[in-house]
Amino acid sequence: MKKNKMVTLTIDSRKLQAEEGLMILDVARDNNIYIPSLCTNEAVEPYGACRLCLVEITTARGRERLVTSCLYPVEEGLTVKTNSERIASVRKVLIQLLMARCPDSEVIQDLAKRLGVETTPFPLEDKNKNKKCILCALCARVCQEVVGVSAISLVNRGVNRQLATPFFEPSEACIGCGSCVYVCPTHAIAMEDTGDKREVRWPHSQMEFKLRKCKVCGSYWIPERQIEHIAQVSGTSPDDYDVCFSCRE
Amino acid sequence: MGDENKELEETVGQILEKYRHDKGMLVSVLQDIQAKYRYLPKEALKQVCQGLLVPLSQVYSVATFFKAFSLLPRGRHLINVCLGTACHVRGTDKVLEKIERELGINAGSTTKDLKFTLETVNCVGACALGPIVKVDEEYHGEMSTDKVVSVLKSYT
Ligand code: SF4
Ligand code: FES
Ligand code: FES
Repeated sequence: MKKNKMVTLTIDSRKLQAEEGLMILDVARDNNIYIPSLCTNEAVEPYGACRLCLVEITTARGRERLVTSCLYPVEEGLTVKTNSERIASVRKVLIQLLMARCPDSEVIQDLAKRLGVETTPFPLEDKNKNKKCILCALCARVCQEVVGVSAISLVNRGVNRQLATPFFEPSEACIGCGSCVYVCPTHAIAMEDTGDKREVRWPHSQMEFKLRKCKVCGSYWIPERQIEHIAQVSGTSPDDYDVCFSCRE
Repeated sequence: MGDENKELEETVGQILEKYRHDKGMLVSVLQDIQAKYRYLPKEALKQVCQGLLVPLSQVYSVATFFKAFSLLPRGRHLINVCLGTACHVRGTDKVLEKIERELGINAGSTTKDLKFTLETVNCVGACALGPIVKVDEEYHGEMSTDKVVSVLKSYT
């Protein structure tokens, strides 16, 4: 494997070596430097939606500016400040906006506390309006880039922007895998299995799935739709999934 | 009903053909459908998704993003009541109220018989003639509540 060129940069006065092409946020994380972030996940491409990962940079040629660290690749001679006064004040407003948007979200509240922000001056939305969704589209990106079915997307525009299935109806594409549930940074999507039924509830639409029972242990373990999907993609037979993964080992 | 569906399917098929089933032309395809039917029927969107091999979630996302697209049937005539400053000070709100009462709908919606869709705009650039009510491409200047009924009547 060809090794990428290394560059030298400074983050919060620490001199670091990093592989060229990596994003500032990832390099900081690898070196245990905390930068708040909500909308990234290593499974998908960065997208720059939450803006919380803002940092102040000075390039080798002395240019200063604020950039989203999840989207900015490291470069030779870069100086990064993750917590200057300027950053702190911008970040404060960003988290306050999110606090007002999702008054019900514990994740946002915890993050605010961590950033030393107690209250928001902005009028609180009704907690039922946006639910806990911050519109980062991480769920939709994972559904598209990883699961490969693109069942959900951001719809409408402006203040009416929402994450939903097409027409807010049950989606023919969704396989009920729950990947969107796992990646949502604010737990805005819920999934519940009861008996042979799985329910997935997005902020503004929901769906039900029938689960298959494991022939050995008897637990309901995977949606029929997901089996169909896996069988089709992998060219296996849907009957290969009568036994759950734990019983197979 | 069956005939209508078939006609829709054929028309959408032709539009898809015109753009050679090119994914990149999604917006143009939707524009053509909107121009032809004055809205984007759900069946048409599903056909577009199959025809361009674009996920329905993406088609729906684009269809709900642009103001030029409507997902609900639109009236044969589009009424735009100007709420710009100049029209406002000359009492356009009274005119709007009167139209809403006459048509039995609120701004932003369409009459049941699909004759009119009522909307508001902020300044159509004819301030000297305010209050302005624009119907399709026609400008009705110096509108008053008294004139509303006769203006509406002139459209079929
Ligand atoms: S549960 Fe449905 S919407 Fe969520 S990631 Fe899986 S397929 Fe996509
Ligand atoms: S983590 Fe960078 S914008 Fe959200
Ligand atoms: S304000 Fe109505 S035309 Fe300008």
